[in-house]
Amino acid sequence: MWNFFKQLASPPHFYRLAATIIPWLAVPGLLLIAYGAYAGLFLAPEDYQQGDAYRIIYVHVPAAYLSMMAYMFMALGGAIGLVWRMKLAHAVGAAAAPLGAAFTFLALVTGSIWGRPMWGTWWEWGDPRLTSELILLFLYFGYMALRSAIDDTAKADKASAVLALVGVVNVVVVHFSVEWWSSLHQGQTLFKKGGPGMDAEMLYPLIAMIVGFTLVFGALLARRIRTEVLHRERRTRWVREMILSPAGGR
Amino acid sequence: MKPRQQRMLAVGLAALGIAIAASLTLRAFKDNMMFFIDISVVVAGDHPTERTFRIGGLVVDGSVERREGSLEMSFRVTDLKCELGVRYTGVLPDLFREGQGVVAHGSMADDGVFVADKILAKHDENYMAPEVAASLAKHVEDQTASLQDGAAECGSI
Repeated sequence: MWNFFKQLASPPHFYRLAATIIPWLAVPGLLLIAYGAYAGLFLAPEDYQQGDAYRIIYVHVPAAYLSMMAYMFMALGGAIGLVWRMKLAHAVGAAAAPLGAAFTFLALVTGSIWGRPMWGTWWEWGDPRLTSELILLFLYFGYMALRSAIDDTAKADKASAVLALVGVVNVVVVHFSVEWWSSLHQGQTLFKKGGPGMDAEMLYPLIAMIVGFTLVFGALLARRIRTEVLHRERRTRWVREMILSPAGGR
Repeated sequence: MKPRQQRMLAVGLAALGIAIAASLTLRAFKDNMMFFIDISVVVAGDHPTERTFRIGGLVVDGSVERREGSLEMSFRVTDLKCELGVRYTGVLPDLFREGQGVVAHGSMADDGVFVADKILAKHDENYMAPEVAASLAKHVEDQTASLQDGAAECGSI
């Protein structure tokens, strides 16, 4: 078991392993998104009060969920990197940040587009859900800025890992904001008490979209970790040997 | 203790400290974190007087009155305990209707009516087809009625 993890953490081994798993994540992920998008836009019935406008949920919810999920990857990578001094874990954090920022941005934009016709506003300052999600975006920006501001990789890893860990508080706030305080944003649909508050015909495409987005995120993350590893190990022998080999680094 | 265990302890303790600090801060600012104030609180007079604030509740059935030929209107909001009158002039969001959750921004007028300068509609976390909603409506009505029966009297927050 321990040996398996040790091997997984070895950069050349992970570099090759990631190349193998990427298609296994990307292909089912894209298929699920294709099904979810079609079923969500054309097969699912309209909502009793929001009509067709609710259909933006099929992008908004997966994006919002991944905005937090990517952060947890970043923070967990930072924690493992700090405690076990594992370089690959820091590489995971560095690779996850821009993806997380992109999903956060997507969640904010789709939420805003949804809020205008339904709530009657693009944006409301002071709403706990909206504001904490915006802070999440700034945390990603701060993390990436901190990383690129420090030239020494080891120091950048440490500093950014600490920032990522401190920011976990905000992820908890984003998640529970609609329960702890009054908010314009409605409560949990999928994990509410007494089962999901959604018709099955609307629910299945949403679940397909969430799983599909997550798989594609996994594929993108694996790909980004590969480039990150390659950059960090650019002066090592295995990278040199791999690039000079006939296969040329594939 | 091995260095790795020391680092684990340091990270764990730091995380615990941050969690405690954050929860104390959020608890202290609980009132400021609220997006809107409940109707019961406003009726009890426990609302800001020097500044504008938001109230949130359901539009009371049959309470919406519009002035002919203008955008002026009034309605009542309830939190199933207390009711409060609201005056508003302007465009309403599409979802605004009787029985719907709304958030109004404004301040209390001297006559005990909330004067809103902005109305937002809230929708709940349930999504269903119109036919399903229709068949459920009866059930919801019963539920609301039983809620109102069981609800505390206005004045007891």
